[in-house]
This record gives sequence, C-alpha cells and structure tokens, in this order.
Amino acid sequence: MIEVQNVTKSYGNKDNKLPVLKGITAKIADGDFVVILGASGSGKSTLLNVVSGLEQPDGGSVKYDGRDITKLSDNELTKFRKDTVGFIFQQYYLLPNMTVEKNVRMGADLAGKPDYRKIIKAVGLEGKLKKYPGELSGGEQQRVSIARALAKEPRVLFLDEPTGALDEETGRQVLDYISVLQKEQGFTMIMVTHNQNIARMANTVIKMNSGKIIDVSTNEKPKTAYEIGW
Amino acid sequence: MVVGIKDVAKLMGISIISCCAVLVCALFLNYYIDILQIEDLLSSEQAVIYYHAQVSTAKVVCLVSGGCLLLTSVVMLFFYVKHYIDTHKKELGILKALGYSNLKIAGNFWVFGTGVFLGTTVGFLGAFLLMPEFYERQNEVGILPKIAISFHPSLLLYLVILPTIAFAMLAVFYASLKLKRPVLALLKNDFQSFSKVKRFREGKDCPFLEDLRKHTLRTKKTLAFFIVFASFCFSAMMQMSASMDELASEMMAAMMLLIGMVLAFTTLLLAITTVIKGNTKTIAMMRVFGYSQKECCRALLGGYRPLSYIGFVLGTVYQYVLLRIMVDIVFKDMEGMPAYEFDFPMMLRTLVFFLVVYELVMYCYAEQIKKISVKEIMLE
Repeated sequence: MIEVQNVTKSYGNKDNKLPVLKGITAKIADGDFVVILGASGSGKSTLLNVVSGLEQPDGGSVKYDGRDITKLSDNELTKFRKDTVGFIFQQYYLLPNMTVEKNVRMGADLAGKPDYRKIIKAVGLEGKLKKYPGELSGGEQQRVSIARALAKEPRVLFLDEPTGALDEETGRQVLDYISVLQKEQGFTMIMVTHNQNIARMANTVIKMNSGKIIDVSTNEKPKTAYEIGW
Repeated sequence: MVVGIKDVAKLMGISIISCCAVLVCALFLNYYIDILQIEDLLSSEQAVIYYHAQVSTAKVVCLVSGGCLLLTSVVMLFFYVKHYIDTHKKELGILKALGYSNLKIAGNFWVFGTGVFLGTTVGFLGAFLLMPEFYERQNEVGILPKIAISFHPSLLLYLVILPTIAFAMLAVFYASLKLKRPVLALLKNDFQSFSKVKRFREGKDCPFLEDLRKHTLRTKKTLAFFIVFASFCFSAMMQMSASMDELASEMMAAMMLLIGMVLAFTTLLLAITTVIKGNTKTIAMMRVFGYSQKECCRALLGGYRPLSYIGFVLGTVYQYVLLRIMVDIVFKDMEGMPAYEFDFPMMLRTLVFFLVVYELVMYCYAEQIKKISVKEIMLE
C-alpha cells in the first residue's frame, strides 16, 4: 500500500514561489493500475517524481507499507529504488551503444535476475537481442525500456507518458504489453498521461488540475488497449 | 560568432600546457643562443667541456620537453574542438541547415588559437622573469664567463606568434573536417541519435557494469591518453625533480616539480570532468534504476585506474633513461658530476603520494556523481 499524505511541493525561490503540488493525499493499493490524468502543468509528473522517490516534497509524507520514503537518506533512497520501483519514460533513454540484451541487463543485473531473456521474450524482442537501439523502431525501443524496467521485478512500476512519442498502432501495442505483464506479474502500476482514453484502461483514475486532485474514480470494467479510443 | 570568448575560457588546459612548454623552451633556447656568444671566450678545457654539456642540455630539454608538450597541446586542441562540436551540435546543425558552409562555420574556430596565445605569452614573460636566476644557477660554479641575457625576437616569433597562428589554423582545419556530417546527424539529440554511435563487441556473458566500464574506456581514447599523460607527468617530474636537486640545482628541481604537478592535475581533472559530463545521462539513468554512487563511479572511472599505473611506470622509466643520458652522455666528461643511480625509495614515496592523490581526486568526483540529480534526465 502506498499512502500519500498532504504532499506539497513548490519550485522557484522565496520571492517567486510556484506551488506545484498543493496538499495531495491519496492511497494506492498493491497491484492496482492507477492513471494520473491531467493537462500540462497540472502537477502530475511532479507527483510521480515525489511518489517514486525521485524528488523530495516540501511537506507531507509518502509511505510504502508504513515506511516514509521522504525521510530516507540518499543511500537508503537508492536502495529503495533498486528494490522497489521501476521506471518507463516517454523518451526511452536506452543506452545507444549497447545491445537490447545489455540494456535489459542494466535492470536485471541490479536485481541479480539471470533469467532476463524471459522478459525480452515476453515483450516480443527475442529475435532482436543483439540489435542496437538505433536499429529498432520507436515501439520496439519502448518495449526494450519496458523489459529493462521489469527485468528487475519491481513492486511498483512508474510510467511517464509511455506512449507520448509513439503513433496510435504502436502506442496500443506497447500499452497492451504493459497491461498484460501487469496482470501476469501483479505489480502496482502508476502511469502519468494526458490522454483520457488511456485512463479507461486503469482500475483507478486520479484527475489533477493546478496541483490538486480534483477527482478519484474507479473503472468497474477496465478496457484493453485495443478497446479504447485514441 | 559561433565560438565565443566564454568558450575560449574553457581552454585553460591548452593555455597551461602551452605556458609550461614555452616557459621551458624560452628559458633553455634563450640560454642556448646566449651561451653560443661566449664560445670564443673559453680558455680552459674544463670550460669547453662544461660549455658543450650546457649546450647539449639545452638541446635535449627543448627537444624532449618542448616536443612532448607540443604533442600534448595538439591532442588537447583536437579534443577541445571535437568536444565543442559534440556539445554544440544543435546550434551548428541549425547554421548548416540555414545554408552556412562548413568552412564558414569552421572559420570561427580560429578563436581557439587565443588559448594558445594566452599560454605562450604568459610562458614567454615568465621565462624572462626567471632568466636572471636561471642563468646564474646554470653557471653557479663559475667555470664559464658571465653570460648576458639578450632578447631574441626570433624566439618571440617561434614560441608565441607562430604557434598561435598554427594552432588557430589547425583548429579551423580540424573543425571543418569534423563538421562534415549530415545536418540531421547534428540536429538530433545525442541520446536518441544512434546512427553514428560507436559500437563495440560485448562480452558474451559480461555483466552490464563490466561492459559499461569497457565501453567508456574504448569510446574516450583521448581521455585515456590524458590519464596516462597525467600520471606520466606526475611520476616523471616528481622523481626527476628529486634527482635534479642533486644533479643540477634547487631551482631546476622546483621548476620541474611545479610544471609536473600543474600538467598532471590539469590533464587529470580535464579528463575526469569530461568523462563525468559526457555520461551525465547514463549516470542519471543508472541512479534512477537504483545503482549506487559507488557502482556508477566504478563503472565509469574504474577502467582508467590501470592506465594511470601504466602512466606512472612509463614516467619512471622515462625519467631514468633521460637522466642516464644526461649523466652518461651529455655530462660524461664533467668533473665532480655526482653519480646517478635509480632512486628506489624516492620511487616508492612518489608511488604512495600518487596513489593517495589519485584516490582523493576519484573520491571528489564520486561525490560529484552523488550530486547528479536523478531528476535531471526527466527535466529535458
């Protein structure tokens, strides 16, 4: 269980403070698929950063099973990220001079998982182990980044606009891979997006506007990637 | 103007190396030219032997130190130009897309010559400041007649003006070569542009960190050279300065030590800073995934440690061979010349000092890695 309690965050200096998160409180159950939905500048990415431990909030707490990660030291946070979370970004951030296999090993080695080839197979890239990112399409690159994140078997997977750089067909394909793997492996998934259609795939939808949560809803029957509009 | 004065301020490495090169060469060449004037005044055989030894010393020092430092300056200039182009790819790509020719853009790189001008001028002036003391120490025993210090304009031409012009032209030429890339290749972001990425054979079942370490080493060969050069300077100059104290003068010893340390630290800091800056995104990504600061540091900088030891060994051998040549060949006929043997305890002391300094520098950079924000990558 992730408990976010009254989290605040501002950017800028004393004279020119820009509040980005204004007292966010939320609870995320284990194994849930949560979408944080909001327009640009609503604070959704900052919330993702704070909840994942990439950024310290100005106030409030973020607890994983009762353990407040905002109180952890830098080394403890590193260990927390290593053991608990995985990330997928819009821009993939693959290491360009390393093969698909080595990029995935970046995640797998960290968790000491020698069977990383299974996850490469699960994202349909078993035939491209020795390819370099430059030799892959955008969708394939994003699938490598999914494999890299999941190879270390994280408890919570954070996704920041994972289909933002992809066309509709590839975007659906990538979302399908992610949601199937989430159901199979049961990890918690928190995705930031501005696409309302993608939100229909989630169990829980948190809507944000101007640094505040304006609505939390649940989907009784979440759609698959091929059932939603785009 | 594509390359601004601010960018030139970053050329401190070249300025420092060219300053050291010109300082040493100006001192010895000026002395060489001046000492030639007194050849006819020599009366005793002892004075003639001493005279020839001094002339040979000046030639050897200028050739060895000047040549070595000149080569390093050229490598460093190429490195700076390439680094500038790599870090300003987008701006240069836009200019090319607008229709500016390679030569027109590269023409702006003449500014890189100003770093050399600054260094050589300071070195030249510094040499003249040290000259009275240097001349006196060179003839401390009083075997030779008094040597007057003269200003030789040809030295100003050869040591300041021509190197500045040559380096400016070299920068323009090298930049024009490096700019011969398609516009799109320049405009694309490094982290996403894969077409020109250097690839390397990965170990079959080599762990990720091991592969990253090998890759960092292989893709930054110039930096590997700088690390070897830094430890070479440290080892050679420090041991040589200890021997110079006995063989020549305290002044020579102090000068060597100072130049050695300045060169070693300049090149080492330049190399490590570039490695860290060039891998900021990789480090940030590794930190996001949960790799510790120690693991990042080991993967990126660990590969350079054996190279630094190689540099140390080369420096030790170099200083021994050079001093052997000086004592056994150049000064072989000199009376009262102290015997020279390899100073093992001094080598050990230098090694210990080197290890402490190297690890201290690495520790400082490990702390810098710690400061790289894991959010940095997401802000783009």
